[in-house]
Amino acid sequence: MINYADTVWMLISTALVMIMTPTLAFFYGGLVRKKNVLSVLMQTIVVLAVVSLQWVLVGYSLAFGPDLGGVIGAFNYFGLVGVGMDPLPGQSIPHQLFVLFQMMFAIITPALIIGAFVERIKFSGFLAFILLWTTLIYDPMAHWVWASGGWLAGLGALDFAGGTVIHILAGISALVMALLLGKREGLNGGHSPHNLPLSVLGAGFLWFGWFGFNAGSALSVGPVAVSAFLNTNTAAAAAAVTWMVMDWVVNRVPTVLGVITGLVAGLVAITPAAGYVTPLASIAIGAAGSIFGFIFVTKVKMKFGYDDSLDVFGVHGIAGIVGALMTGLFATKTINSAGADGLFYGNPHQLLVQALAVGVAIAFAAAGTFVIFKIVDLVVGMRVDVREEHVGLDLTQHHESGYTLME
Amino acid sequence: MKYVIAVIRPHKLEDVKAELEKEEVHLMTVTDALGCGRQKGVTEVYRGVREVGNLLRKVKLEIAVNDNFLERTISAITRGAREGQIGDGKIFVMDLAECVRISTGERGGEAIG
Repeated sequence: MINYADTVWMLISTALVMIMTPTLAFFYGGLVRKKNVLSVLMQTIVVLAVVSLQWVLVGYSLAFGPDLGGVIGAFNYFGLVGVGMDPLPGQSIPHQLFVLFQMMFAIITPALIIGAFVERIKFSGFLAFILLWTTLIYDPMAHWVWASGGWLAGLGALDFAGGTVIHILAGISALVMALLLGKREGLNGGHSPHNLPLSVLGAGFLWFGWFGFNAGSALSVGPVAVSAFLNTNTAAAAAAVTWMVMDWVVNRVPTVLGVITGLVAGLVAITPAAGYVTPLASIAIGAAGSIFGFIFVTKVKMKFGYDDSLDVFGVHGIAGIVGALMTGLFATKTINSAGADGLFYGNPHQLLVQALAVGVAIAFAAAGTFVIFKIVDLVVGMRVDVREEHVGLDLTQHHESGYTLME
Repeated sequence: MKYVIAVIRPHKLEDVKAELEKEEVHLMTVTDALGCGRQKGVTEVYRGVREVGNLLRKVKLEIAVNDNFLERTISAITRGAREGQIGDGKIFVMDLAECVRISTGERGGEAIG
């Protein structure tokens, strides 16, 4: 039966998650050089459009169609044929609203990867990659973890709002892309962000949109949604403060970029745990996501020299792994009776299941991204030539400039 | 004393600075510039309207040097900025009548370095 309070909340949540993608565009856009700002905004906005269509035509069916052996959804819902308003079993919102809410997740996941290959990717190669990645990597993984009958869901892996399916998948794919595509030309040790205020705006609205992402993942109005809402805010706050303190101690100065990077790491880390843990646990999870993110962004990346340009792996991959594992420590049925107890509540088995899901996500993302990259690189080409890279992607890929020097 | 003005490709600035450091030329003024020489400008398209021959982004360096530093400065800029194609830029050299360091009031060659 449709519950109209749940329906209103899910309509709002869907819109909140949608705004995260254009918002991510500004978060990323401010961090690149000014000759590439439009290319980043363009890629992000185009993902919103392209994956919306992919989801309606085939994506939803592959992810949430009738289960085929726990591995993939059947073709029954291609073009959303037969997807009506009657709620799915166990839900209280129209089926089409569930389609919409999940669509926004399918959109933001590939958009996250953009941060790893900015300033050097060819637009046509990018488009081919995004379409293939969403169809062959995201859709199956979403099925495994979230669809009824999915094999990871069957094992009891907890992923409240997409720590594994979204952040680990995107983060690992980002690292593979950065390694295969290679470093940006002539950048020794990075460059200054061209417009940090844009990035602060983006980070602020990511925090805002994340309420829909996490609290909306309850799929209803009630205690679990409120719990997820509170945990989301608390973890973001803990992570922002943690990063600021680490910056202050290690680099001798509290930076704006540090604080906004930290808050995103906290939001990522709490994502799988949001509806299963207590507020105190969310402080621990946010802080841990921030600490490990800090180590990978400021130390590990320097040591190994991979050009994960905007730290998608360091923030989303690492904080995602931390959050997924810590869900296995802190989850408690007192918060969500549909969840499970973690190690600290007497169930060490949950941590093993969480680790298995993390391992599967890492392996699948790495192997799949590698294969897709090689195919697209061969057929379309993935990287612009050196001269185009020097002039910038705005002018060479789109024949526009983000800013004029004079009228 | 000479006044050296160089117009170079923006992405070559770091290389030019590194070469100048090697020649112990540390003082310079750098500005964003637009320009076009033999290299054609770029075409931009806004809602279907093509704008042909827009000026290209360049970087302008201005360096005041004593005469004995002139050749080293020119060769450092050339080494750092050259790709061997049109669009690499130009170097202009002018006589410099006077130079004053504001903080101390020093004048001439002493005030330059």
